[in-house]
This record gives sequence, structure tokens and C-alpha cells, in this order.
Amino acid sequence: MVVKVYGKAQAVCPQRVMHCLMEKGVPFELVHVDIDTMEHKRPEFLQKQPFGQVPYIVDGDLELFESRAIVRYLAAKYADRGPNLLGRTPEERAKVEQWLDVEAINYNPWAFPIVFNLLVLPIRGLPANEAEAGAAVDKLNKVLEVYEKQLSKTKYLAGDEFTLADLTHIPATRYIVENCGLSHLLDDKKHVKAWWEDITARPAWKKLSSFVETGGSNYSP
Amino acid sequence: MAVKVYGKPQAVCPQRVMHCLVEKGVPFEFVLVDIDAMEHKRPEYMEKHPFGQVPFIADGDFELFESRAIVRYFASKYADRGPNLLGRTAEERAKVEQWLDVEAITYSPCAFSIVFNLFLLPIRGLPGNKGEAVASMEKLDKILEVYEKQLARTKYLAGDEFTLADLTHIPVTRYLVEHCGLAYLLDDKPHAKAWWEDVSSRPAWKKLMSFVASGASFYAP
Repeated sequence: MVVKVYGKAQAVCPQRVMHCLMEKGVPFELVHVDIDTMEHKRPEFLQKQPFGQVPYIVDGDLELFESRAIVRYLAAKYADRGPNLLGRTPEERAKVEQWLDVEAINYNPWAFPIVFNLLVLPIRGLPANEAEAGAAVDKLNKVLEVYEKQLSKTKYLAGDEFTLADLTHIPATRYIVENCGLSHLLDDKKHVKAWWEDITARPAWKKLSSFVETGGSNYSP
Repeated sequence: MAVKVYGKPQAVCPQRVMHCLVEKGVPFEFVLVDIDAMEHKRPEYMEKHPFGQVPFIADGDFELFESRAIVRYFASKYADRGPNLLGRTAEERAKVEQWLDVEAITYSPCAFSIVFNLFLLPIRGLPGNKGEAVASMEKLDKILEVYEKQLARTKYLAGDEFTLADLTHIPVTRYLVEHCGLAYLLDDKPHAKAWWEDVSSRPAWKKLMSFVASGASFYAP
């Protein structure tokens, strides 16, 4: 039985999960959840994801939510195929966890209000909170300065191989760079810029982007 | 060489790390970082923790930050001793990761806003933002309703054993219950209340509280 990913294809968190599945060459079915009509807040959905968020997955008998927990699970389950996304030693794994948590706690809280105010609300024809977006841009810029220092020491965040720690950054950062007019945040940070160009050129990420654009629902490697 | 934990012993994130080490019976040295004098924002400190936060650890030559990455590292490294904190199968581990991320992304930001405004600012003689605290308390109540549903099904968050997913909640929840007057939030949630009483009476947690109260620097099991 194929892994089922429940969510909206354009949303950041489901994209993290789908990208990981494509890196590992694992087939899946995307089951659309209609966020725009608040399907994710209805009782049937809340039975599966009690915080009313996307995505959740079903892998056989296992149901799981939190996109970063899902990608850790998948990266471990399919450790034998595709790129090694979790490091090769306990210390390397710990660095992957460190930067995964940095993304969740220090990066995403600024990335989200940028994307929400400068992309999502305008698409819905609703007024954005420009001040909130502006403050978040300043914060994100400071965070990226730290990333610049790290990426001048290592090719990827957790070391010299691409791991989950890099992967989880991609969907939100893509919206920031391509849809919010903020590519300049990377222009004065040459290592971050090189890192960004490298990870977005990955074949699996390009496959995911096409899959989303074409409205795909079933993926086979 | 013993593990060194750098931070302030009263702070939530260092307490998470120390609690894990005490659960596993691992000796450590606590190295005080003078938060009140902004030591954590000075260049020498930021060489070690580039986001200027506590804690970071040194385990021999290995340095790591982000308290939840640190506890995952120790729980793995010392899997053979003390309680099993990471689940026994890949699926159990995934549930631990799921609730660890719920704590990091949904629970703690809300809890921290309450502790910051109702406890931390007042003890520094500064006015807390009551409106923000009240809004966070309402959100936290809703989050705890979800926890109540889960804990009606499983004894602990990720299953029937205590894991990291429960451990990471304890330091901030203690501040909410003991210093912010929020014990009442548990009164109408019998399973969450029983869970709280259970996890906060663990011998290792009590040992940690004594250690912090004593002002000691060296912990030996």
C-alpha cells in the first residue's frame, strides 16, 4: 500500500514531506485537503491531525503528523536508498538534529509571516500586515547572517553532505525568494546563495516542483 | 572528560538537557553563563552558540546546541542505560518525534509567552504584557485539550512509556504551574493532570530540582 500524504500541494509543510519521498524514490499518493474551505478544521480531519494542520501521512497502520517528524521517520525507514539524509555517525546525526531544530524554531517563525503576508493574503485578496512582514524580514536577515558563517565552513548546514537539515528549509525559502521579491536577502551572502542554488537544483526538488505545478496526485519514481 | 552544560540553571532549556542526563545517570559539569549580564550575546559566547541562546554542550571535542537536539543525542548515545527515552520501534520513535515537534513548535512558544510576561519580566521589575499573556493562556488551554484527548488514550504522549516527548515539556510547565498560577488549566483535564503529576514526580526530575536549588556545579549519579 502506497504512502498517503494528506495536504494541499502548494503548502510548505506537505512539500517538505513529498520532497523527502522523492529524494528516496518512494511512491506516494497526495490526498488533497481543501484548506481554502477550512476542511482542515473540520471534525473528521481533526480526528487525524488534532491541531488542524497539514500534512499528516498514512503509512500502512502508522498515522503521523508534524512534517519534520515525518521526514525523520521516512529518512530512517529508507536509510538504505537514495541519499543519506541523517548523517553517518551519532555526531553527524546530532548536527542534523541541531539544524533541523534551528529551522523549526529560529528560521520558520520569521519565514512564515513573510510568506503569509506577502504571498498568501494578497492571493486571497486580503490586506497584509506590512509591519509584521518587515520586522520578520529583518529577523530573517540576521538569521541568514549566521547561516552565512556556517556555510563558509561546511558545504551544507550539518556538514559536507545534503541532509534533512537543508531539505526542510527549501519550500518556504522558495516562496520567499521567488514570490515575495526577497532574493536580495541572499545576494550579499555568497555562501548562502551558493547553497541555495545547489539545493534547489537537486533533481528531486525539480521533480516536486513539476508535480505540484501539474496538479499531480500520484507519484512513482 | 565529563559532559559540560553551558547555561543558567534556572533556565528552561538547560534544565531539559540536565534532566535527560540525570535520567541516564550521566555525570556533568554545569558552567554558568551570566544571562542577566548578557554574557550569551557577547562575541566569545556567540562563537560557540551563534544564535546567542542557552544551552550548548561540550562532550569531549563535540559541541552541540538546541536543547532538543542535545537530548536526542544523549538519549541515543546512552540508549543502553536508564529508561528508554526514544521508543522501541521505528513507529514508536516517529511518535516521539511527532510530540517533540508539537512541544517545540506549538506548546512552548505559547507557554514561553506566558512565563515571560507573568514571571520573567516582573522579577526584573519590568511590566509584563498582560494582554499577550491572556491570549497565550487561551491558546494554551486549547492545546491542553488536545493533550487531554491523547492522554486519555496513552499513558504518556507518545505511547505507554515516558519518553523525550514528555521530558521536554517539564521545565516550562513547572514554571506555568508553580510560578504563573496556571495549575487550574489542568483541573478540568484529569488525564493531563495525572500525566503532569506523574512526570513531575520522577526521581530524576526531583534530583535535578535539588541540584539547581543547591547551586552545585558538578553532578554525579
